[in-house]
Amino acid sequence: MIRILDPGPQTTVQDLGRTGQMRYGIPPSGPMDRFAFVVANRLVGNADGAAALECTLVGPRFDVDAPGAMAVTGADMPLTVNGEEALRWATIALKAGDVVKLGPARTGVRSYIAVAGGVDVPLVLGSRATYIRGRLGGVEGRALRKGDALRVVPSGVARPRRVERRAIPDYAGESAIRVVLGPQADRFTDAGIRALLGGPYEVLPQSDRMGARLRGSRVEHARGHDIISDGIALGSIQVPGDGQPIVLLVDRQSTGGYTKVATVCSCDVGRVGQARPGQSLRFQAVGVTEAHRLLRESDAVLEAAVREETA
Amino acid sequence: MEVNTRVRALEFLIQQKGLTGVLETVPTYSSLLVYYDPRVVAYDALCASIAELAPQATTAVLPPARTIELPCCYDDPELGFDLEAAAKRLALSTDELVGLHAGAEYLVYFIGFTPGLPYMMGMPERINIPRLDTPRTKTPPGSVGIGGIQCCIYSVESPGGFWILGRTPLALYAPDAAEPTLLRPGDRVRFRRIDRAEFDSISAAVPHGRTGR
Repeated sequence: MIRILDPGPQTTVQDLGRTGQMRYGIPPSGPMDRFAFVVANRLVGNADGAAALECTLVGPRFDVDAPGAMAVTGADMPLTVNGEEALRWATIALKAGDVVKLGPARTGVRSYIAVAGGVDVPLVLGSRATYIRGRLGGVEGRALRKGDALRVVPSGVARPRRVERRAIPDYAGESAIRVVLGPQADRFTDAGIRALLGGPYEVLPQSDRMGARLRGSRVEHARGHDIISDGIALGSIQVPGDGQPIVLLVDRQSTGGYTKVATVCSCDVGRVGQARPGQSLRFQAVGVTEAHRLLRESDAVLEAAVREETA
Repeated sequence: MEVNTRVRALEFLIQQKGLTGVLETVPTYSSLLVYYDPRVVAYDALCASIAELAPQATTAVLPPARTIELPCCYDDPELGFDLEAAAKRLALSTDELVGLHAGAEYLVYFIGFTPGLPYMMGMPERINIPRLDTPRTKTPPGSVGIGGIQCCIYSVESPGGFWILGRTPLALYAPDAAEPTLLRPGDRVRFRRIDRAEFDSISAAVPHGRTGR
């Protein structure tokens, strides 16, 4: 059992999200940074999709009532166990009564806390992911509160594992976010597209799990910003009339009526999810074939990320 | 209507064939969003398979539509708070407006924007009306509204620019129900005029405001 002593501003239960529900208007939800989420699960010997906690900007404080293993990945939140500093991106053995605390993030926004076995909340439409706006999944469809007690699925002993330092993402890094132009890039002027690819775009504080709101050079429309509503993909960059892009993320609306200038490559969506308010993003256009090559490359990085500890 | 039927028929065919690598689909007015895993199927190959199905995508392949009757209370200014203003704008009596609205059959083109919100066509031309000049910031769930050529039912409390004629006591989105959304793309919807007493009794009696999907 995990008992929440202090939840932090927004800590939710997530798994890899629900599929097949967008045709009913229900978004997939799931982790904002899939790489960090999956790594956390692998560090404790879980399946990639086991339910874990996502915390936002400041982590929670909680205790456990049984021995087990835990791993913390994602944003750089100082981690302590019973007040002693502990290693992130590595398996940590916990004893009954241990108190775990994650402080404010120094880089990145979202941290993941996986426990061996996974967090045990009911499956809703095939997933344990929390969708706060729709009051669905997780714990009563909401962020965790003080006093919440989460059951943990029983599991065997997790072998100690860790992530090599060089495989840990640099969330403050400024490398470009790769995008594929379209589906409505033809609705923008050449100058508008150049502005988007020239950047930089600052992440605004109103950003959330639905989308990252950006501010920068106006992405100018050639004719009108409204379209006949169509589907919105993960990473779609929607541009309303004010010319300021919004990158739509895991809790996005399933459909919408604004023009979409480009789509962020799947492998870079997590970096958008980790961009802090005030941080700048730059975009770089790639083709579909290159986007798929980048995806396989990021799969390979993930495969190699988690190593068994050698004594 | 023709295009949307083909969109839904194509979606149905893709699901029925179980095309390799397809993860999920989202139909809208005139396009179909297909999510796929490029590790499993190449973009060009998937496009080719879909293009092959497209000519078969007609009404004939679709299963029979369900008809869903939604009770709707028009006769209470607390629920249908724009009814009088909309009637005035359309130069109709409120009774005529309700008669026209409730007398039509609507087709759910797609569900989107918020969970369970239907985009419906089929409104009589006589009650086409421009959207509100100033959208309101909060519209209660269940509110039945008209705007442009569309009829809309709010599924969760949200902002919006539709003229609200009434409210249904049924929940279009009930997160605690086994099937949280009431309507599906392709459903036919009819409204049944009810009074406030029946609205209240349905609201109180049906768990999640739901009799089944």
